Amino acid sequence: MTLSVRIIPCLDVTEGRVVKGVNFTNLVDAGDPVEMASLYQREGADELTFLDISASSSGRETTLDVVRKSADEVFIPLTVGGGIRSVADVNQLLRAGADKVSINTAAIDRPELIGEIADTFGSQVLVLSVDARRAPTDSGFEVTTHGGRKGTGIDALAWIEKAVNMGVGEILLNSMDADGTRKGYDIEMIRAARSISRVPLIASGGAGALEDFALALDAGADALLAASVFHFGVFRIEDVKRYLSQAGYCIREVSNQ
Amino acid sequence: MIAILDYGSGNLRSAQRAFETSGAEVIVTSDPRIALEADGLVVPGVGAFQSCMKGLIQVGGDEIIRERKAKARPTLGICIGMQILFSEGLEPSRENASSTAGVGIWQGAVARLVAPVLPHMGWNTVTSAAGSVLFDGVEGESFYFVHSYAAKTEVGQKTSWTEYGERFVSAVEDGAMSATQFHPEKSGSAGLRLIMNWTKTL
Repeated sequence: MTLSVRIIPCLDVTEGRVVKGVNFTNLVDAGDPVEMASLYQREGADELTFLDISASSSGRETTLDVVRKSADEVFIPLTVGGGIRSVADVNQLLRAGADKVSINTAAIDRPELIGEIADTFGSQVLVLSVDARRAPTDSGFEVTTHGGRKGTGIDALAWIEKAVNMGVGEILLNSMDADGTRKGYDIEMIRAARSISRVPLIASGGAGALEDFALALDAGADALLAASVFHFGVFRIEDVKRYLSQAGYCIREVSNQ
Repeated sequence: MIAILDYGSGNLRSAQRAFETSGAEVIVTSDPRIALEADGLVVPGVGAFQSCMKGLIQVGGDEIIRERKAKARPTLGICIGMQILFSEGLEPSRENASSTAGVGIWQGAVARLVAPVLPHMGWNTVTSAAGSVLFDGVEGESFYFVHSYAAKTEVGQKTSWTEYGERFVSAVEDGAMSATQFHPEKSGSAGLRLIMNWTKTL
């Protein structure tokens, strides 16, 4: 008996549609989020993540609706991120059917938000999303905002350590250098984050080949998030699971899905 | 009719939908009368032991649960909703570092798991108790867990176990009182089957 590694497709949602581009630009329409969530559940996804990249408040309303509809059909954990700035925003998402929320920029702007959310709903609902890139900070990894376009000067590892102490229950580590390139996860970054984090670690950004998933696990990731390789059918979740299972990793069987 | 006890914040919508897949009528309520009279009562729970107990007591949920036990009315605790059925929770909060009294259906402390990475988050298997009704047809399946604390002593008629760093109680079946540390409503088709198994006992 071992805890299975989690395979998590991420759906970037705007105006009620799923999009995903290379390095967060050149968005290509990839489908209906509720349909895709349902499909991924059947294919054996262990969790789902919606990232709301809407710029407008009407877009965020639409996302709430997407969450509600997904919660009616999808019986695996759902994390929603994007634009969350307050305890009230979190409450709205949980009430709509999200199980966890991920916060990013708002926590950088106002770190107390972490404690506020953790105190109200528990650490287990709170994922800290860290968009990091290689830069000359202490650890060699810097926190960025605006989809990796803006550096903050904050050291990524110091930020993770601080956020865990303040109450985040999980880290979503997204390599902005690797994101969308399909050239593999940033293994060194995962290893560095693992060495200082005692909460679960989700690796994100760069998955392009089946071996990439195994390398990220070897570096210490507990869960693996990917978007474009699944959305555009490079391979299916069951391919990843079969590969990992044959390589000796513990995965959740999907036979009865 | 199944009542899901609403005594705080959290995602009750998917719990409602999951229990509806069994064909039962499901309502989310904080009305003590409905919670007491329902054929089945589901006690969900997110957050921490102390805040959960506080919320539960505010809606009179502790008394409802004890009365349902006395009247042998099926009651299912999920996650923290299972933990608060024990006599004591050791999870501290910012305000209170000492232990908290639970509803006390079962004797035992809910203590922090000893494992390098916490919370225990994700899909894990269960060694189900012999003759388990809840796990009928889903023995050996994985279920979704999210927690850092757990009960570690055998209680009730049937105790099922899971291993994460150490062995802990992942489900209890004890007459009308049942509980799972994992989230059946988030455990895909295996979870829906477990919910169906419980619903059939109502």
